[in-house]
Amino acid sequence: MKERLVVIGNGMAGIRALEELLKIAPEQYDITVFGAEPYENYNRIMLSPVLAGEKTIDDIILNDAAWYEDNNITLHKGKEISEINRASRQVIASDGTTAEYDRLLIATGSNPFILPLPGNDLEGVISFRDIHDVNVMIDVAKQHKHAVVIGGGLLGLEAANGLMQQGMSVTVVHLMDTLMERQLDAPAANMLRKSLEERGMHFLLSAQTEAIIGKQRVEKVRLKDGTEIYADLVVMAVGIRPNIELAKKSGIHCERGIVVNDTLQTYDPRIYAVGECVQHRGQAYGLVAPLFEMAKVCANHLAQHGIGRYEGSITSTKLKVTGIDLFSAGDFNGNDNTEELIFQDAASGVYRKLVVQDNRIKGAVMYGDTIDGTWYFDLMRDETDISDFRSTLLFGQAHLGDSGHGDDNRVVSMSDSAEICGCNGVCKGDIIKSITEKKLFTLEDVRAHTKASSSCGSCTGLVEALLAHTVGGDYSVAPHQKPLCGCTDHTHDDIRRVIREQELKSIPAVREFLEWKTPDGCPKCRTALNYYLVCQWPDLKTDDSQSRFINERAHANIQKDGTFSVIPRMWGGGTTPNELRAIADVAEKFKVKTVHVTGGQRIALYGLKKEELPVIWKDLNEAGMVSGHAYGKALRTVKTCVGKEWCRFGTQDSTHLGIELEKMTWGSWMPHKFKMAVSGCPRNCAEATIKDFGVVCVDSGYELHVGGNGGIKVRATDLLCSVKTEEEAMEYSAAFIQLYREEAHYLERTAPWIERVGLSYVKEKIVEDEENRKALAGRFLYSQKFMQDDPWKQRAEGAEQHEFTPIKKVG
Amino acid sequence: MQATKQNDITDWLEVGELDSIPRLGARVVQTPDGDIAIFRTADDRVFALRDKCPHKGGPLSQGIVHGDRVACPLHDWKISLDSGTAVAPDEGCAASFPIKMENNTVYLSLIPNEGCPQD
Ligand code: SRM
Ligand SMILES: Cc1cc2nc3c(=O)[nH]c(=O)nc-3n(C[C@H](O)[C@H](O)[C@H](O)COP(=O)(O)OP(=O)(O)OC[C@H]3O[C@@H](n4cnc5c(N)ncnc54)[C@H](O)[C@@H]3O)c2cc1C
Ligand code: SF4
Ligand code: FES
Repeated sequence: MKERLVVIGNGMAGIRALEELLKIAPEQYDITVFGAEPYENYNRIMLSPVLAGEKTIDDIILNDAAWYEDNNITLHKGKEISEINRASRQVIASDGTTAEYDRLLIATGSNPFILPLPGNDLEGVISFRDIHDVNVMIDVAKQHKHAVVIGGGLLGLEAANGLMQQGMSVTVVHLMDTLMERQLDAPAANMLRKSLEERGMHFLLSAQTEAIIGKQRVEKVRLKDGTEIYADLVVMAVGIRPNIELAKKSGIHCERGIVVNDTLQTYDPRIYAVGECVQHRGQAYGLVAPLFEMAKVCANHLAQHGIGRYEGSITSTKLKVTGIDLFSAGDFNGNDNTEELIFQDAASGVYRKLVVQDNRIKGAVMYGDTIDGTWYFDLMRDETDISDFRSTLLFGQAHLGDSGHGDDNRVVSMSDSAEICGCNGVCKGDIIKSITEKKLFTLEDVRAHTKASSSCGSCTGLVEALLAHTVGGDYSVAPHQKPLCGCTDHTHDDIRRVIREQELKSIPAVREFLEWKTPDGCPKCRTALNYYLVCQWPDLKTDDSQSRFINERAHANIQKDGTFSVIPRMWGGGTTPNELRAIADVAEKFKVKTVHVTGGQRIALYGLKKEELPVIWKDLNEAGMVSGHAYGKALRTVKTCVGKEWCRFGTQDSTHLGIELEKMTWGSWMPHKFKMAVSGCPRNCAEATIKDFGVVCVDSGYELHVGGNGGIKVRATDLLCSVKTEEEAMEYSAAFIQLYREEAHYLERTAPWIERVGLSYVKEKIVEDEENRKALAGRFLYSQKFMQDDPWKQRAEGAEQHEFTPIKKVG
Repeated sequence: MQATKQNDITDWLEVGELDSIPRLGARVVQTPDGDIAIFRTADDRVFALRDKCPHKGGPLSQGIVHGDRVACPLHDWKISLDSGTAVAPDEGCAASFPIKMENNTVYLSLIPNEGCPQD
């Protein structure tokens, strides 16, 4: 017989846990759900837009009756559990319904706090928590005029805004002297108050309610100072309390919330708890992003996969009032040990404050233009050292260099037809429609359904902003350590460390040791693991060609029609008549449709059939040419200019250094593609300052630049240091490459890597620590001994033949 | 899912030895009607699909095989190997073909299973 799982609470966290469970272990349990509310599972967050008349209840149902049926879940809606009998492992509802469990999941959410005031039980006094409350408010608004909202926090303001949209005149009574004091500092709060006042909302700040007055129905609210305000409706939004009565009564250890460990287990090992009712490491949460993380970890343990731990979350906040853009995260008030960076432009209604300690962002408040909120949030979670771009930090990520998308910033003011994702042609309207109709919560969901942000990723910030704006809060990835992919909960860094420390030498060994959730991984993790192994154990033949993307498996770039391109290496951009002749001959012999001079100073042949590749390579090999690795996460090109050999301005032999660099580095696999260039003087004809490693020759020697790229987000390099000799330039280059190879995440190019770890860190490891530099360079050169074996030659001589020939031809 | 019954098929075509297809990889059978991709999973199950992604015709045989799916090399749609249908939320299918295995030899029928409209 299957084990029985009972869930108490048919809300957002409990059902999310079930969804996660069904994904990984659909057959494991007989599932029964009890929900006190008479509805299926719905999106509580969306009650605000429902109240504002922007959505209907039907729009916000997340899982309808059919979903419960399809998944064989017994739903008892409108039934409140009044007792848990842990001895007989049974729950009992107030109407007498019972259910027995092998495992129990408590997800009872929280209760709105009701101020202990005289008159708090009068008709027309309610809180803002569920569908019932919203229906009451909408009804009252049809017949009455005056509403008072007690509490000027997130929920209170959303209620006030909604009631105003329903035609009521609304006064917000708030105890503090600024609004949303738990999310905003005074300047941002004042800007918010001003724009809400402009829309017609009234405020009474530093005001304490003393009594609610009325006979049967509420009539007035009286404040401590004697002021009386007319009220046909009073909404109390002064906070929530974890709903723990039931758990407490059943003897489950509770403090402020139900106390759980990192696997979301309570003190009774058969009983788990997730959601707002929970207290984890002393912390209770009131936003869905952390609850969804809890749900995921909990599902994992219910499925007895036994991996994954919840380690707490950092959250960020957005207000869901159409047309108002604010963002807040972390410790935005700061203390004696923190500094503040502030940007304020009152005229255009923009305010940004970052709280910084030891060059790490600790908190952020933004008002008016919040597009960079997700970026600051990432920097905060990654604890990135911001010292290198501190002076431009407040101007946003665009200021780090962004050619195409920089000025289209205010996602909120963009029209529905504005294109967000240029790669896949997805407009703002399409994305919003998908988010609301298909009830998407995460960036991953939006990518899967709309394809937006799934290709080059440059619009990720915009998509996250849209998501946050549509559903409120931060739905991206709340864990500050992102797992490699859906097959594991481990991070890139953890995985690399384990490969090294445990001396794991194959992909299956890594998967087994770290208890992968899928039998043979996915394209994302297989390609990453393959690289990590090749990098860590260069002298062992760990390479698994089935875990490489087709381009790296076939050593040529696949084209949109399934044909391939061939790009041989031209050292430092130089060539010879003999090489050109060989290329011309091959082009004629194989009727090549396009011969093109690439952006990387070499020649490409397009439109070749896979079967032809080894034969072409043989011809090219015979003229002394090898693979250009134009297809790989590998060393690509080293561009050079003619330098002092010919040029009247040249200061050093840039061509020679470029060729030497390419000879040293070709064949090396990297986390992402890697390009170099050497310019003979600061005029920089070889564009060295937008390369991963660029050398600019000067009279006194060589300036070494790192972390540049062209592409979607152009980034100019940072100056690493200057050196005097070619030998030093070579050594620094090798050391830099090895540091990048050993520490960057797979598919992270040098630019984002340096922005994550900070230039100072790279300098510390390479410039300031000679011993370490030499060790890194030594490891790179050692690895190169095994890598510089032309893959084309091997295949032209018959290796991997199955890759290039059909198994059978018919007809 | 697949309507054709194995016993009804008379014209099995011998494709080759199982071991000539790499695990978690694919080989191609060229036919006058276009290529058919023969996939082998980690646990040695073999599947045959028209070598044409329902999205924009990418050659599925060149993709990365994982579990019982293949990721198209062009834009990363995931296609189920047994049915040829795209994994939700993507929609569409590549025709699948009957396969049988005898003594480690793989046989293929060139008449596609029903269920996926032919183009
Ligand atoms: C062939 C070439 C275009 C040409 O005919 O000139 C080319 C072709 C492609 N580039 Fe490029 N890039 C080529 C030079 C460049 C340059 C110029 C350069 O190297 O100086 C750049 C800007 C410099 C840079 O990389 O920073 C460039 C920036 C990109 C980018 C953006 C990279 C970024 O970090 O943002 C991509 C996308 C990616 O890699 O994710 C890209 C991706 C591609 C891909 C691989 C797209 C794809 O996945 O199919 C194209 C492969 C076509 C093929 O099958 O050959 N290509 N690409 C150039 C090959 C150079 C070579 O000899 O190896
Ligand atoms: C108006 C509003 C706007 C919000 N906006 C945002 C936002 O923008 N962003 C954000 O991240 N979060 C927002 N939140 C918070 C978010 O909705 C909650 O964090 C989330 O719903 C909590 O999920 P939960 O499952 O813990 O609790 P709930 O969703 O409240 O679910 C608990 C369920 O358990 C039921 N229950 C309780 N006791 C019992 C019992 N004994 N027997 C049976 N059933 C029981 C309750 O009736 C309830 O249905 C908002 C909340 C509200 C009210
Ligand atoms: S700009 Fe400088 S390096 Fe480039 S060609 Fe002219 S002199 Fe040489
Ligand atoms: S052609 Fe297969 S995903 Fe686009």
